[in-house]
Amino acid sequence: MTAVALPVPAARRALSRWEFWGRALIAPYLVIFAVFVLYPVCYGLWLARHPASYVRLIEDPIFFRTAINTVIFIVVAINLKMLVALALSGFFVQARWWIKILSVLFILPWAVPSIPTILSVRFMLNPEWGVINTTIFRLTGLDGPNWLNDPMLALGFSMLMHVWKSLPFWTLILVAGRLAIPLEQYEAASVDGATRWQKFRFITWPSMRGLYLTSTILSMIWTLGDFNSVYLLTGGGPADLTHVLATLGIRYLRLDQVDLSMASIVVALPLVLPLVYFMMKRLSK
Amino acid sequence: MKLKRKAITNEAQLLLIGIPVFLWTMIPIYHLFLFAISGRDSATSGHLWPTHPTLQNFSTVFQQHHFYLNHFWIQLGNSLVIALAVGVLTLFIATAAAFAISRLKVRGGRVVMNLALFTYFIPAAFLAVPMYKTMGNYGLLNSQWALILAMVTIASPYCIWVLKQASDKLPWELDEAARIDGASPLQLFGLVYLPLMVPSLVAVGTYALLLAWNEYLYAFLLLSRDDSVTLAVALGNFLAADDSPWELLMATGLIYALPPAAIYYAFKRYMVSGLTAGAVKS
Repeated sequence: MTAVALPVPAARRALSRWEFWGRALIAPYLVIFAVFVLYPVCYGLWLARHPASYVRLIEDPIFFRTAINTVIFIVVAINLKMLVALALSGFFVQARWWIKILSVLFILPWAVPSIPTILSVRFMLNPEWGVINTTIFRLTGLDGPNWLNDPMLALGFSMLMHVWKSLPFWTLILVAGRLAIPLEQYEAASVDGATRWQKFRFITWPSMRGLYLTSTILSMIWTLGDFNSVYLLTGGGPADLTHVLATLGIRYLRLDQVDLSMASIVVALPLVLPLVYFMMKRLSK
Repeated sequence: MKLKRKAITNEAQLLLIGIPVFLWTMIPIYHLFLFAISGRDSATSGHLWPTHPTLQNFSTVFQQHHFYLNHFWIQLGNSLVIALAVGVLTLFIATAAAFAISRLKVRGGRVVMNLALFTYFIPAAFLAVPMYKTMGNYGLLNSQWALILAMVTIASPYCIWVLKQASDKLPWELDEAARIDGASPLQLFGLVYLPLMVPSLVAVGTYALLLAWNEYLYAFLLLSRDDSVTLAVALGNFLAADDSPWELLMATGLIYALPPAAIYYAFKRYMVSGLTAGAVKS
């Protein structure tokens, strides 16, 4: 940028004026990136530099449980969500007045902040006063289960919470994908007497495959960072058995074990970085 | 006759999907609403509609008549100020960067775009830990600037990308004409570029605003004083005790959830075209 101050021929000076403004306008973002992404990432890696941290991390039984939970969360919740989103996108493209109204309501979980709705579900599941167990008691006279006190059930509800929150977004994306398919293809297939499955198999799926794959991978990366669905519903409990990587990192941080916190993130990088690289390649084309 | 029966079966099948979808979507939200308009005792009765619906909870919240709600108005104001600041700052930074990359073709623009995309794809909770330590190093912990800057960092990559996509679609002849007429880069930016980008600017501005308003994790890490936290953190604090006043929490939660929902529906046109088209390019 100092070059601008030097005496240069008029033509080069005019050229550099555009270059100067280009650099000046991109500078604010570069400053933000350097100060709040680059430095924190380097500093974080530096904090996680001791091999001893990883030994302690792996010896922590909570970490092992967390790794398994995270894999379950990613594999089950995301595939469930994306398959349902794929199916529902076929439902929401149907032209009916009531489906239009339903699609407006359907987006609500995504449009409202997570906390109030997650806490609402947490209260529904409360063993003593929650609406589910009071209803069970009213109908059968029996006490319902202590939903969030069972690790598998609690993790299951966290996954359902995640699906509830992000299903609308992915359905919307896949609806956009379906609407891009020319209607003539379906009409031609109908004339040829194709069944609904054949239409999906030979028209819808081939043109949606790329979008579906990209969406799944993007959703995997983001779900690794889903702190709210687990923390606000179960708090990682009972007995720290329902943590995922996102909540475990924060738990170590709260216990003032920053090196463990960073180590737990670094361990996930071999899984995350290839996915991030794949997405960057795909989007920066 | 046969055709008609087929049509009826078809409608029945659609309803068979539609009704579960409706219940699945609405039950947590309706439960929230039901709690907010129920008195302390009737809230947990399990009825579909309270015997005595009341607005008492809202009046308690508005008058801050509870230990957990002593700073309700300040916290609501914090949420608002932080969301607005993030929206404005992000809009400024992202628009300038997208213009420099897409129209001025600044050297290294591609690299910057990739750095931004990299930031966009890092899971938010992973960046939270080093971000928290860094804010401590900068001496910004417990300052609302920490949250504002963190949210600008998280919001701007996606905004730059969406704006760049939209900006690449503008005809290049516009820039050439402006350059031949002797326009300066800033004139091109202000008089040609910005007016053409209004729909995308509305979309990304709203996106950044909502992201900041809705954020829980960063707000809860970076802010802690009762009079500096956002409403999101205040709601999370209700969890600290077992005997929390649920009906007040739900009423506060409803107040907190309404503005973003209203903004989303008001700008839905921009949001859906601008964001879903940009979110995933197949």
